[in-house]
Amino acid sequence: ETLVKLVSQQRIEIQKLRQGNNLILGFSIGGGIDQDPGQNPFSEDKTDKGIYVTRITPGGPADVAGLMMGDKIMQVNGWDMTMVTHDKARKRLTKKNEDVVRLLVTRKSLEEAVKQSMGGFPRP
Amino acid sequence: MDTESTYSGYSYYSGRSRGSHRHGERSRDRHKSRSKDSRSEKSVTINTPPAEPLLGDSAVRGEQVQDDNWGETTTAVTGTSEHSLSQEDIVRITKDLEDSVGLDCRRYFTRTLAVILGLLVFLTPLAFLVLPHLLWPEKLQSCGTACEGLFISVAFKLLILLLAVWALFFRPARAGLPRVFVFRALLAVLVLLFVVSYWLFYGVRILDSQDENYQGIVQYAVSLVDALLFIHYLAIVLLELRQLQPCFSVCVTRSTDGETRHYNLGQLSIQRAALAIIEHYYCDFPVHNPALLSASKSRAAKHLAGLKVYNVDGPGNNAAAGLAHSQSRAMIAAAARRRDTSHNELYYEEAEHERRVRKRKARLVVAVEEAFTHIKRMQEEEQKKAPGDVMDPREAAQAIFPSMARALQKYLRTTKQQHCHSMESIQQHLAFCITNNMTPKAFLESYLTPGPTLQYSRDHWLARQWTLISEASVTSGLKDGSIFLLKCVDFSLVVTSKKIPYIQMSEEYIDPKSHKFVLRLQSETSV
Repeated sequence: ETLVKLVSQQRIEIQKLRQGNNLILGFSIGGGIDQDPGQNPFSEDKTDKGIYVTRITPGGPADVAGLMMGDKIMQVNGWDMTMVTHDKARKRLTKKNEDVVRLLVTRKSLEEAVKQSMGGFPRP
Repeated sequence: MDTESTYSGYSYYSGRSRGSHRHGERSRDRHKSRSKDSRSEKSVTINTPPAEPLLGDSAVRGEQVQDDNWGETTTAVTGTSEHSLSQEDIVRITKDLEDSVGLDCRRYFTRTLAVILGLLVFLTPLAFLVLPHLLWPEKLQSCGTACEGLFISVAFKLLILLLAVWALFFRPARAGLPRVFVFRALLAVLVLLFVVSYWLFYGVRILDSQDENYQGIVQYAVSLVDALLFIHYLAIVLLELRQLQPCFSVCVTRSTDGETRHYNLGQLSIQRAALAIIEHYYCDFPVHNPALLSASKSRAAKHLAGLKVYNVDGPGNNAAAGLAHSQSRAMIAAAARRRDTSHNELYYEEAEHERRVRKRKARLVVAVEEAFTHIKRMQEEEQKKAPGDVMDPREAAQAIFPSMARALQKYLRTTKQQHCHSMESIQQHLAFCITNNMTPKAFLESYLTPGPTLQYSRDHWLARQWTLISEASVTSGLKDGSIFLLKCVDFSLVVTSKKIPYIQMSEEYIDPKSHKFVLRLQSETSV
């Protein structure tokens, strides 16, 4: 059977939470053009050097906004994130003068995600 | 313009003086047979070198070389223009007196002194051996085998000493330095003292007492020769080896166009360092071309010419110094306020000049390449078959020269090099290139870039008088931060020296097995 990969693009708006002196978003990112893409567990293509969400703090602002683990972040507030270094991505997300970040993320479809998590069919 | 040059005085390149122990004497250039300067005359006229104008175009050359340096005749007093400005004026005056007595006197004096010393040194061991036989032959013990073996040793050591002295001291003189060569003087004194002390001992202990032990006498002579060999070793170390290790980095700048080079020198006295630098100058620095400086001079003249200063207060009001001071300040202030567009002119002029040079160069390259295609080297077999119309290199050069002459002349005029190359020299160079199978590009290389001074004809560099101007004594050693000037007729070389720092090196050992690598994990940052 042929497999059709469905990706959906989501626009997610996260309100930053103030914790002490910092504004936090409540997730972790991995990836970047200066990192080793082969280590990324979430990417389809193992040469993809994009920024991926690797962890979501449960109950944090990102979780509330609907961000999910494994999402690839394409844009942050209009800035492109597909060809940035890891540190640049971090800086763009943690700008002190912004209270809100609007992310454009790419997510594999829910169905495929569920099938993969059940180990139903071979990985490409 | 008078194109005859008379040279006298110091020439660094008189190759023929048989030097033995030279104590800084001056060598005269003997090759200049056309020098009209007799020994009694004290002044010399140094003029521009007599370069033949290219293709006889003397009118153009006249207007080209109008600037100050070429046109004037300079008079210099020979024999005394080398001096060091040290504190001892008295020394300088006595030196002047000495030199005015006789230029060659001092040189011959030192040379005869050296020859006498040499003869004394060589004949002393032989005298030691022969005198007992002459004076008390009946009392003398006969010479056994060991003693005769020592004869052979003396003979060979003397031979080695002779060869070594010849190698070290009997070399053509490179230069005439202003002061005595300190190390040579010291060595001569040492040798003299040494030999004199040996003679004293010999005279008192052996001649007076008429010692019969001939073997002892022979051993005494052998010890003398050994010690002389050791003194020669000392001479090598002091004169040759000590300055080999680089200790100072000197920066040499030509005062007219800023051409700079850096050299490494060892521990030398200032005069020897100056000599080394001058020799490097002839090989490394591009030839000094005063025609290239005329542009900046005319700019400077224009800048000053635009302002005229009038004294409104009337004469005698201010003191002379105050007046001059206020005048110059007024000029500077006025010049600063004036809107000056000379930088604009300079920019466009330089761009235009560059374009012109490149165009002329392109024409020249094409002309030369075409000219070279007109001749072909004949092979051996062909030479026997067709003996007619065969040319030797000089004739071949003369045959193809006219087709490229005009382009070459125009190029040289544009780059202001026309006085460096005469027609004769160009044809000679062309014949040389043809003989050695060189390509047109190789032929042109010496005209496209200005080469070192030695490359040009002897008129350009031969018998230049160099004056060493230094605040420290010229026989003192080079130090960190010492500065001196080497003045020539047209320009001067400013020399500064810096000490090469002491280097402290430490070691770090790396085990070859310690090179290990690991894959970089993806870093995860929480935001």
